[in-house]
Amino acid sequence: MTTVTDHTDDGHHGPEKGLMRWIKTTNHKDIGSLYLWFAFVMLLIGGAMAMVIRMELFQPGMQLSEPQFFNQMTTMHGLIMVFGAVMPAFVGLGNWLIPMMIGAPDMALPRMNNWSFWILPFAGGILLSTFFMEGGAPAFGWTFYAPLSTTFAPDSTDFFIFAVHLLGFSSIMGAINIIATVLNMRAPEMKLMDMPLFVWTWLITSFLLIGAMPVLAGAVTMMLTDRNFGTAFFDATGGGDPVLFQHIFWFFGHPEVYIMILPAFGVVSHIIPTFARKPLFGYSSMVYASASIAFLSYIVWGHHMFSTGMPVAGELYFMYATMLIAVPTGVKVFNWVSTMWRGSMTFETPMLWAISFVFLFTIGGFSGLMLGIVPADIQYQDTYFVVAHFHYVLVTGALWAIIAATFYWLPKWTGKMYNETLAKVHFWWAVISVNVLFFPQHFLGLAGMPRRIPDYSLQFADFNMISSIGGFAFGASFILFTYILIDCIRNGKPADARPWEGAKGLEWTLEPKAQYHSFNIPPTKVLIEQESQNS
Amino acid sequence: MNEQEYYIPSGTYWPIIGSVGIATLFVGFANQMHGASWGGSIMVFGFAILVFMMFGWFGQVVKESTSGKYNSQVDRSFRWGMSWFIFSEVMFFAAFFGALFYARQLSVPWLGGADNNVFTPELWDGFSATWQQIAFNTPGATLQSGTAVSVPTQLVDVWGLPALNTALLLLSGVTLTFAHHALRADHRNKIIGWLVATIVLGVLFLGFQIAEYGHAYHDGLKLTSGIYGSTFYMLTGFHGFHVTVGVIMLTVILYRVQKGHFSADNHFGFEGVAWYWHFVDVVWLGLFIFVYWL
Ligand code: HEM
Ligand SMILES: [Cu+2]
Repeated sequence: MTTVTDHTDDGHHGPEKGLMRWIKTTNHKDIGSLYLWFAFVMLLIGGAMAMVIRMELFQPGMQLSEPQFFNQMTTMHGLIMVFGAVMPAFVGLGNWLIPMMIGAPDMALPRMNNWSFWILPFAGGILLSTFFMEGGAPAFGWTFYAPLSTTFAPDSTDFFIFAVHLLGFSSIMGAINIIATVLNMRAPEMKLMDMPLFVWTWLITSFLLIGAMPVLAGAVTMMLTDRNFGTAFFDATGGGDPVLFQHIFWFFGHPEVYIMILPAFGVVSHIIPTFARKPLFGYSSMVYASASIAFLSYIVWGHHMFSTGMPVAGELYFMYATMLIAVPTGVKVFNWVSTMWRGSMTFETPMLWAISFVFLFTIGGFSGLMLGIVPADIQYQDTYFVVAHFHYVLVTGALWAIIAATFYWLPKWTGKMYNETLAKVHFWWAVISVNVLFFPQHFLGLAGMPRRIPDYSLQFADFNMISSIGGFAFGASFILFTYILIDCIRNGKPADARPWEGAKGLEWTLEPKAQYHSFNIPPTKVLIEQESQNS
Repeated sequence: MNEQEYYIPSGTYWPIIGSVGIATLFVGFANQMHGASWGGSIMVFGFAILVFMMFGWFGQVVKESTSGKYNSQVDRSFRWGMSWFIFSEVMFFAAFFGALFYARQLSVPWLGGADNNVFTPELWDGFSATWQQIAFNTPGATLQSGTAVSVPTQLVDVWGLPALNTALLLLSGVTLTFAHHALRADHRNKIIGWLVATIVLGVLFLGFQIAEYGHAYHDGLKLTSGIYGSTFYMLTGFHGFHVTVGVIMLTVILYRVQKGHFSADNHFGFEGVAWYWHFVDVVWLGLFIFVYWL
């Protein structure tokens, strides 16, 4: 097969010039870059809010903000990081990498791909505009529980609801596109069990997105009508129940956390074999583990509601189901470690991020396990222990994988090499500061410090100050990160087509800076088998 | 077009136009709800942009398809896309069905004192935790937001219009299947006949549904009638919206059949709309059973 682009434009020969290229583009690489830059900007905005939070918590007493403003900060920080930074970043990686990895010229539905991205800036704009509205931005936490978000919320909440609708459309379209691409655009000779793990994990993630995002849309729609049209979904005086909100939200919410971590698992499963110079240990068990994690993630949502109140049978069921997820997750960690076992390891920057991912994500997994035990969770619920848990899985898990992927595939995206020395400095800076930032929060939580409160009693002072110092240092590390990226794009030395010695995968068979349409002619069976992770 | 080539569509303005449209619509809607007099017009304007986008975008795809640019791979991509889009719609309805089951099985009985929450019946005088009648015995009750609860005087009669509507919609599924068979056999007049029948049945359904709403509303069953009114109107309302969209899509398909866009073995547009129509059908069965009947 060869590629034919519709001849009504000059896309056949390469990108258009100027701004219109980015607005009109149907190219998976252009759209991937747009997603990644969007996510990066959102990461910085959300990060700035985190700095405000840590400044407020630097010392006991009120430092610089009103409680209401502090709540706006925690709420918007969470929403922007989840929906604006982590999710778009993974969709961006998927866009860039999936067609290259499966030997395709582009995504299956390129025009819809453009729309999935171009809804995002509008959604982000509407969400951020709530800061300038009367009553301020939403301040009810990123989980927007009713009735805080219905009866007692500012007018801007309706704008927030529509922003969530738009984000949902974008995610659903993105997921549909990835499913169609993987199932229909794959090189004809590539069997499912030849697919790289990043492709597998994204395929599975897409099913989570299509199952979970519409339910979130339903939840915010019920909020909308409760707020404006007199329905009583979450209002007990009309026969509804605020607890119903939590059930619907977490039916979305728990799959959502795996939406943010499964592609990360995929990334790490590429990087570790490369720098251990060994095939991935247990390829097929990785695939089955990912699928069972995805399935289980739909039936454990109640572990977020142990202290909300539930029949005891429900609490027990959700506790055991939650424990069950540790099994496939353990399989994954075991496989990563076994891949490294007796490998000829080197420690280039992507590998450093990947190995620290394995360590730190596992810490988050263990604290998750602790939270999954009903009697223990009654103590931990709504304390900083939960905050520590989900930052270990999301920052040193999801975000770590995004950064690892950036360094690993940057040569393929730009055709240039980043500055390895600076990148290593950046890694150590980030990995130390992030632990100074989040590890003490475990202790704070166990000692009983509640989350989402701008002030605290004196016994929490020391650990909070340590955590804040770590926070500022971690925040500052992103200045260096930005510099390294721009330096690579501007002045990087030319990279080889396969810059990493042990790297396998079809993407490395392309030109150093991958050509505009990846595979105009599908790769041969021999090439596919040679580059397969399953060997 | 050559089966040996990948097809990549040209760049496009339609998505950004769509984004502007839908953002305008939402911003207008939000302002309208907050009492801004201009909100409604902005909303209509945004909707107009969205309609313009759909005409333009779909029109372009139809033109490319009929000029023979697409190969079977593009066709398969559209099929995957449509099926998973419909699945996402299923999950959207699932959220509302979930709310319905939760209210019926859990929250309303709890309010009535099940599981020893004996205090709740004293919330309002004469509160009865009977489904449908949840608000009947509570005149003067208000919601937390202060909205007065509308107390219906009569139950919805299942075996009247709802049953008739079930028959109509099921029949429309059959006529649409006949149209599909006719399409595969290349009988143009038969296709048109069965399609027109399907559309007429769909429109009849919508007409009766509006009449049914009229009755219910007249009897005091409103969105503000507590959880029963909420689930009743939201479920049937979203379903009615989907039927409306379905009827519009069928009409477009009818027009395209007349234009000769489809052939016996190449008619994804028709099939996609048919899938959608059957999906709407199945949702109605769920509604009929769980909202009206049981
Ligand atoms: C090893 C598997 C995991 C288990 C057993 C687990 C368990 C839990 C439990 C029980 C809670 C509720 C704590 C509470 O509110 O009292 C929780 C919260 C949370 N978890 Fe996990 N978790 C796991 C992995 C993950 C992963 C991989 C992510 C994301 C990448 C994640 C993200 C979160 C988030 C964001 C929250 C907090 C939600 C909120 O704001 O209340 N978890 N986890
Ligand atoms: Cu969870």
